[in-house]
Amino acid sequence: MTTSAVVLVIATFLASAVEAVEALTVVLAVGITRGWRSPLIGAAAATLALAAVIASFGPALALIPLDVLRVVVGTLLLIFGLQWLRKAILRASGYKALRDEDALYEREIAEARAAGTAIRAGMDWYAFTLAFKGVFLEGLEVAFIVLTFGTTRGSIPLAALGAGLALALVAIVGAVVHRPLSRVPENTMKFSVGIMLSTFGIFWSGEGAGVDWPGQDLAILGILAFLTLVSLAFVAGLSRIHASRAALAAGAVGIGE
Amino acid sequence: MRFIINFVRFWYDFIIGDDWVVAVGVVVALALAALLAHNGITAWWVMPIAVVLLLLASLWRATAKS
Repeated sequence: MTTSAVVLVIATFLASAVEAVEALTVVLAVGITRGWRSPLIGAAAATLALAAVIASFGPALALIPLDVLRVVVGTLLLIFGLQWLRKAILRASGYKALRDEDALYEREIAEARAAGTAIRAGMDWYAFTLAFKGVFLEGLEVAFIVLTFGTTRGSIPLAALGAGLALALVAIVGAVVHRPLSRVPENTMKFSVGIMLSTFGIFWSGEGAGVDWPGQDLAILGILAFLTLVSLAFVAGLSRIHASRAALAAGAVGIGE
Repeated sequence: MRFIINFVRFWYDFIIGDDWVVAVGVVVALALAALLAHNGITAWWVMPIAVVLLLLASLWRATAKS
């Protein structure tokens, strides 16, 4: 397996695991409050819908000339990756609250309890819709990453392998613990995925635009290391600014009292 | 009409996200890299440098708001 293939599997695995944890939180909250049948059918229907999206768009993407595909996919991946990275840096430096799966779970439970029960054709449609929406929307990002990584590398099965392993792992752990997976280091995973998506985005968009990378495929590792260092420097710098602003604000409150 | 607005909004949020400057900056940087490469000028440095500058600008905008 080449270096870029390994990075491809790791990136799809981490991205899928993060999204799967978020989807699992919704399904668990609905299942525990309103019974398991309807949300599980909703989650299964969403998984099938996502598979249909991949099956219909995958072959269509393969028909596009490789250079065009690299520019389009690389640009999308880079924009997408920078979104993830930007949020992860803001969370790691204290500017944005860390995502709290426990709080999200409690909120979902309260909403599911408050909603009325409308059973038609043996199905609780509220539970079905909530689970379907949760799994489909979170899964759409996974489908996007699998499709773009897979077609540009010419290996959708390899990208799907990373995603499949993550989904299976999260589903098994979720079935065993029956609680949201709040101990998963979600922001660290998002930080890593943001760097990986941006790395591949830079490499492929550049390649598609006619750029000659020094060291060819090995340049991926260079970009990865460069982006990691830059991102860690941003986290360190912003953490320091955030801490000094907080100290100044606390001092101002102290003087006011 | 409402469906179309919601549809466009969903894809805008999905792809462009919180800061449109990043998306525009990426496209401009890529155009510059392509221009240099097609004129025989070494262009591999353009995208990594552009990404650092865009990230810096985007983080600056986000932290200035808070």
